[in-house]
Amino acid sequence: MPGFNRALLATAAVALLATACTGTSSAPQASDDATKDVTITFWHGWSAPSEVAAINANIKAFEAKHPNIHVKAVGNINDDKIKQALRAGGPNAPDVVSSFTTDNVGTFCASNVFSDLKPFLDKSSVDLDKTFPKALQDYTQFEGKRCTLPLLNDAYGLYYNKDAFKAAGITAPPKTLSEFDAAAKLLTKVKGDSFSQLGFMPNFHGYESTTTHFAAQWNATYFTADGKSNLAADPAFAKMLTWQKNLVGSLGGFAKLEKYRASFGDEWGAKNPFHTGQVAMALDGEWRLGMAKEAGVKFDIGVAPFPVPDDQADSYGKGYLSGTIIGIPSTSQKQNAAWELVKYMTTDTDAVVSFANAIHNVPSTLDALKSPELDADPSFRTFLEIAQHPKSSTTPASPNGGAYQLTLQDFAFAYESGAHESGKVTDVAAGLARTDQQIDKDLAQAK
Amino acid sequence: MTSTATIPTGRRRTIDPGLRRKRRREALRNLAFLSPWLIGVSVFFLYPLISTVYFSFMRYDGFTAPTWTGLKNWQYVFTDYPFFWPALRNTLWLVVVMVTLRVIFGLGIGLLITKVKTGAGLFRTAFYLPYLAPPVAATMAFAFLLNPGTGPVNNILARIGLPQPGWFNDPAWSKPALTMLALWGIGDLMVIFMASLLDVPQEQYEAASLDGAGPWQRFRYVTLPNISPIVLFAVVTGVIQTMQYYTQPLVAGKVASGVIGGSGQQFEPGYPDKSTLTLPQLVYHLGFQRFDTGGACVIALVLFALAMVFTALLMRRGSGFLATND
Repeated sequence: MPGFNRALLATAAVALLATACTGTSSAPQASDDATKDVTITFWHGWSAPSEVAAINANIKAFEAKHPNIHVKAVGNINDDKIKQALRAGGPNAPDVVSSFTTDNVGTFCASNVFSDLKPFLDKSSVDLDKTFPKALQDYTQFEGKRCTLPLLNDAYGLYYNKDAFKAAGITAPPKTLSEFDAAAKLLTKVKGDSFSQLGFMPNFHGYESTTTHFAAQWNATYFTADGKSNLAADPAFAKMLTWQKNLVGSLGGFAKLEKYRASFGDEWGAKNPFHTGQVAMALDGEWRLGMAKEAGVKFDIGVAPFPVPDDQADSYGKGYLSGTIIGIPSTSQKQNAAWELVKYMTTDTDAVVSFANAIHNVPSTLDALKSPELDADPSFRTFLEIAQHPKSSTTPASPNGGAYQLTLQDFAFAYESGAHESGKVTDVAAGLARTDQQIDKDLAQAK
Repeated sequence: MTSTATIPTGRRRTIDPGLRRKRRREALRNLAFLSPWLIGVSVFFLYPLISTVYFSFMRYDGFTAPTWTGLKNWQYVFTDYPFFWPALRNTLWLVVVMVTLRVIFGLGIGLLITKVKTGAGLFRTAFYLPYLAPPVAATMAFAFLLNPGTGPVNNILARIGLPQPGWFNDPAWSKPALTMLALWGIGDLMVIFMASLLDVPQEQYEAASLDGAGPWQRFRYVTLPNISPIVLFAVVTGVIQTMQYYTQPLVAGKVASGVIGGSGQQFEPGYPDKSTLTLPQLVYHLGFQRFDTGGACVIALVLFALAMVFTALLMRRGSGFLATND
């Protein structure tokens, strides 16, 4: 028995040790005095010199308005770093955090890693409906809990090479997908077993040619009301995959396109295939305008909303939306001061407009979208219109981040390559049903 | 030969208090000498191991308190997590093929370099230098060289009329391409083998030659028995390193896929078609990207168990191998 007792005691000690060493966060009350002298730490993802200069100018303007609040900005932060830092906590953890992706909003809100902003919004009398567009309100909350706010917006549209259009005899950007397919074929120039110019890269590894960006043109619904995966039930996904596969086939087939894709330069560098003329059309965000100019592109660039399915021609003008989000970690001891910065950066019209102009992003408030100070470039205006289109949409937040997008994408890769024809799945509907099952299993694991 | 002391029933054996104090002092002194090791093992091995086992039965996202979920994580990883079995197959493939080829290639280069009479230093440097290249840079360079569209390797193959594989873009060729990368960085094994080959007594070769042994027989009956502990060391450490293989397949997959990841762009684990996915990548994917510490711990324990089994098998086989050569 003494041996048994010792074993029991040892087991209990080990369990206690493991539990004791487990870091758990608890949201502190926002009790700090935002009128006193304080320094807060702000983590963001911008790293390009022009972007860092823009965010620093924004911060400087904030400090001028709030002389008692000093901001220590830390750039080049991605979501993985944010997650590690917020898990670790401690005095060096950030007080304000922004992220380029909306994918993890579900996780951030569900796990209370970011503070609920409702009390702060109420305190400052910010009316969300009068401040932010609906789609942006949606992707910054999860299941009614608002733990982030939108900080600028990204809208996706069609970029096209006007010189290539002229040479191919195309007079206007396509508005429907059948017009788009015809243009892609007309613009494609075969050279040997490859291309000297491809009309459009439809493969799902073709940078922004992703399942989620395409699916937005069908206004696909990813989840049912009770949170189950909805891919097989919503015909939008099957239509999107079928359209994409047909286009892949008509442009030369998956293998030929993949080999050509391997010759593309870095998406974020000067050798982006649209810059180099390797593709004549591309689906991309509003930032491409500035990047193409910086890369010294020699042809005229045209911008338009991405085409819509033929049976939805009346919804032309819509597109996929996403954007940068900003929140206050629940571990922050300076939440009231942090809120002042968040409020300024997300709701102050001058701040939003000047920052949007500086980094060529779409502003995220209704007032800023109407501001006369906004970039007057007509190409940029196209993205402002896409951002405000009532049918523009985004991907919903989920408790396990973008895992459902990864699963859909995994099936799409198999489908476009023809791997499904070698036995993985028999058809699109069966494949989507299997994908639904996998997404539901992943969601169950996350709860 | 042995004597047993009989203690009368009902009487307790008494030990001199001075002797007891002395023994206690000795025990404490021994413990003090052992303490650096004990602390190291407890903090860096036992505690993480026990924690990993503990968390494998918990739902824990790193932010909120862990909750007991029983075998749910284990069931998810083994039956519902779509990346586990492909990653396990890839890891086993790499252990069998890559480790074997690295040992053979390292030994071969070591043998060649010990035979070179002139310019040995140059050859040693040339073969060792790639090992010093940072893994990320080396992998990116290989991804560039083996690019199926623009890479110089495929250009040369095309010019001489040979088929051009897709390398890192083809599921059938991605692991062989990773193996080529591992063989290129063979410097570590080459140095170890070279040192052990130079240590083989020359008189044994002379005796074997006098007995009429040819090059193969000299290698089989003189070289190999002498360097067999080093071969075993190379295999065991190679297996453990390959179990932890992370950077090269991750970078190769990312560079070849072209998708670095942004909003609405989900990074595809193990591009192409999960063929470069390894178990350590899953530990990171589940633990640090999906906040699923429990699932990540399950995979870490699978890795631990596999490494233990492989090492035990190799040591067992190796000890017999070494014994026969005594």
